[in-house]
Parts: sequence; structure tokens; C-alpha cells
Amino acid sequence: MTTIWRLLALCLLLLPLSLAQPVSAQQHSAPREAATVPADEMQMFQELQGNLEGRVSIPDQRAGMLIQPGGKDWRDFWRETSPWVGGIFIGGMLVLLLLFYLIRGKVPIEGGRSGETITRFNGLDRFAHWLAASSFIVLALSGLNMAYGRALLMPLIGPEPFATFSEWAKLAHNFVSFPFVAGILLMFVLWVKDNIPGRLDVEWFLAGGGVVGHGHAHSRRFNGGQKFIFWSVLILGSAIATTGYILMFPFTVTDMAGMQLSHVLHSVLSMIMISIILAHIYIGSVGMEGAFEAMGSGEVDLNWAEAHHDLWAEEQRAKGHIHTGGGRQAVPAE
Amino acid sequence: MARMKFLCDAERCIECNACVTACKNEHEVPWGINRRRVVTINDGDPGERSISMACMHCTDAPCAAVCPVDCFYTTADGVVLHSKDLCIGCGYCFYACPFGAPQFPQLGNFGGRGKMDKCTFCAGGPEADMTRAEYNQYGTNRLAEGKLPLCAEMCSTKSLLAGDGEIIAAIYKERVTMRGYGSGAWGWSTAYPDSQGV
Repeated sequence: MTTIWRLLALCLLLLPLSLAQPVSAQQHSAPREAATVPADEMQMFQELQGNLEGRVSIPDQRAGMLIQPGGKDWRDFWRETSPWVGGIFIGGMLVLLLLFYLIRGKVPIEGGRSGETITRFNGLDRFAHWLAASSFIVLALSGLNMAYGRALLMPLIGPEPFATFSEWAKLAHNFVSFPFVAGILLMFVLWVKDNIPGRLDVEWFLAGGGVVGHGHAHSRRFNGGQKFIFWSVLILGSAIATTGYILMFPFTVTDMAGMQLSHVLHSVLSMIMISIILAHIYIGSVGMEGAFEAMGSGEVDLNWAEAHHDLWAEEQRAKGHIHTGGGRQAVPAE
Repeated sequence: MARMKFLCDAERCIECNACVTACKNEHEVPWGINRRRVVTINDGDPGERSISMACMHCTDAPCAAVCPVDCFYTTADGVVLHSKDLCIGCGYCFYACPFGAPQFPQLGNFGGRGKMDKCTFCAGGPEADMTRAEYNQYGTNRLAEGKLPLCAEMCSTKSLLAGDGEIIAAIYKERVTMRGYGSGAWGWSTAYPDSQGV
């Protein structure tokens, strides 16, 4: 740091020497040609790699930052790059899901419903999931409002209602982060042992996971795709939460560059996570017959379980966990 | 039409902080909000320079570009102002501003920021000119009275110039020619990239 200041001081000192001769000759002639940028300032910026800081006499030492060029890069990211990131990941995923539904349709239960059920998720499992899931919806929508609201929502409802809505959205975003983190931690504790990746999962992916193609790979309680969701949610969720809390407690653990980086990571990772969760929501609702009840009531149809989680269904059967007469009955053909 | 700009002549600034005091007093700026500040580079070393910095009222203002609720507006004079009614205190403007102009009262949850405050070029805000309502939120509106910002008026060495860009550029150009050197119209290439500079 000292070297740069010495260099700067040297240049400033040398300036009078370099300008003394020509200026005295020019003093009585036309004023010197106006350049687009003063040479001295450009020189300073060329030597400067980073911020220009000095001393201030006030307690807020952050005021010593005279110029931070990084703001321009961050502005360009937020205004130019980020909308495309969201558009491609989220918009792209929506298009893919729509196409998938139009082409493949809802995946039916093979052999129809059996009328017998197995308990897949108990109350605590479902509480953990829905705590995280409902929090995520609030966080995703309020977060997307920060990114796209000005362009998409404000023209529809006007600046004042939009500002009021955005203020509440910001508060919701900050506060709902806590139940979200709690939900993720709980899901981790409850399900980590069933989500350790193994050879079965590699085979599951190679078989197309039953999503592409019609083969059914083996699966224990959670198949390869679900393990992908588990670890994505955990890793992305943790990274997003960490950067989010850095943003929520500004300049407590990092400087301007750190805050800008946290923001970039927070927004990019969130858009990726939203796109993954959209696929997860799809497959858990309209994408597959018999999938929603796993998290809805906790009871799944036996045929569904044997088709999609065969090894787990076998274990449950061996433990005598089959419930007859439970679950939804198949609608008889008229 | 005048295009209002600030220019701090770093060769003349003696770090007296009269500009800071004038601004704080005139607009009753609360503790902790530093609309204007004096930064000293190379303090104590040869080549020490002091610069008075508030908001540069940039052409294509980065703060206005990144605001999620679009609370900024630029007046016909080129003064960049914002609406505290629309501001949600997200802090994005501070991340984007090259000069650190946005200031936040530390109110609210989680060290949350409250409404952003910054130098207004003594031009108030969106409320009606020279009303109590405008004064309470943004401070006095000197421009509406035909006056220039008080910081520049109070500057003891006339290093801080405020007013029409062409006029103050001409003043500065004359100074540089007379004394034979200068550190340049500091900040102008960042704040006013479109203008033919000094």
C-alpha cells in the first residue's frame, strides 16, 4: 500500500516540473486544450489498482473510502447480467417442465393403486419439509421482487403501492430466513443418513431415473434424484443463508468488495436453487401420480412405493408396516 | 439549461471542514449521517491532498440504476434526488455509488438501514419547494430560492465549487493555467463521463 502512495506523491511532485516550462510559455496565449479527461486523474487511476482511500476525522472510518470503482462492476452485474441469469435458469426450467408435461404427461402408478399404503413420512418429517418449503416460497418471491419487481410489477401497480409492497417483502425476506434455516437443519438431521450417495444412485441416474425411458432402477428410501435435491438444498441453502446473513448485517464481517461479492453469490445461487426447486415442485405435484401424498398425508400407495422405491418398500414390508384399506381408492371406470 | 456539478479543487482544500459544518447545520443532519465529508489522502506525507466529497450528482447515476424501487430522479438541472417515501432502505445504492454518498440511519431490525439520506445539492426533494414537509425530510431547498449549495458558499478557500458545470470548469481551468499544475477536476471522469472535461 505504501508503495502506491509514494508513487502517487512522486507523480504529484513531478507534475510542476513537467508542466512548468510549457505553461509559462502558454500563459499569455490561448488556454490549454480541453481534454476529455484530465491527464493527472487518468494517471492516478492507472496506477491505482482498487480503491482510493484516505483519512477522515470522523468516527465513521468507512467514510475514508473516497472512490470504489468496484461499484461499477457490481452495478453492471445487477443490471445487465443478473436478469439473464434468472431468465435462463428460471425461465428455462419453466419451459423445460412445460415441455416435459406436454410430451410425457403425468407419470401414472404402474398397475394402478393397490389400496394398501405404507407410511413414508411421519409428522416430524412433514413438519420439517413444509416449514422449509413454505419459507422458501416466501423467500423466493420476495427475492425475485428485488430483482424483477421494478421492471415487471411496478408498471402494473404504480410506484407507491410497489414501494410499500417491496418494503414488506424485504421485511418478510429477512425474517422468514430464520424458519427456512431451521427447516433445512431439521431436514438434514432427520434425513442425512438416508441420503448418503452410493452405487445404486449412479445406476439410477444411468437408467434415466425412470423419468427418461421406462426402466426402473433400484432405490432405497431416497432415490438418486432425491439425494440430488437433498444435497442441493442443503449446500445451496447454506450458501444462500450465509451470504444472506452477511447482507443482513452489512459491513460487520467484510468490506465493500465482500458485500458486493456476497450479493452476487446470493442472487446467482438463489436463482439456481429456485430453478431446481421448481423441478422438485413439479415432480412432487402434477408430475407424478401418488407423489404428493408422501408429504401431504405421509401415506403412500404400495404400488407406487414398489415402483419407485422398491428396496425401501421391501424393508417396510418385512417390518410389517403395510396398512390395508388406507390411502386413496382408485376411481372405478364408469 | 445549467448542469449542476461539484468540483473540489484538491490543491486549495485545507481540510477546515467548513463545508461539512455548513451542510450539517443548514439541513439539521442527524448524528451519524455524513452527507459531506473531507477525506485526506497521503496524510502527513508529501503530496498530501484533501478532498471534500458528498454526492457528485452523476450523469447516468449508478444509484438510480440499481434501486429496486426506482426512488431516484434527476432534475432538469442534473441534480440527482430521491424520494424517502419510496425508499425501502435496501442499501443497493451504497454498493453501487463510487463515492459513498448514500447514508443510512442505523434503525430497524438486524442493523437494518432506514431511509437513505444524501447530499441534495441543497435542492430538497419531491415535496413542494420550500415547505416544512420538504425541510423535515430533505433539508432546505436553496436552489428553489436561486441560491447555490451552502457547502461551496462557506468554503474558506473557495476550493469547493458548486454550480453550472461549464462555469466552474472555466474557473478551475483558469486556476490550473495560472498556477501551472493541478490534480485534475477530481472525480469528474467517473461522475460526468459524457462531458468534455477541464
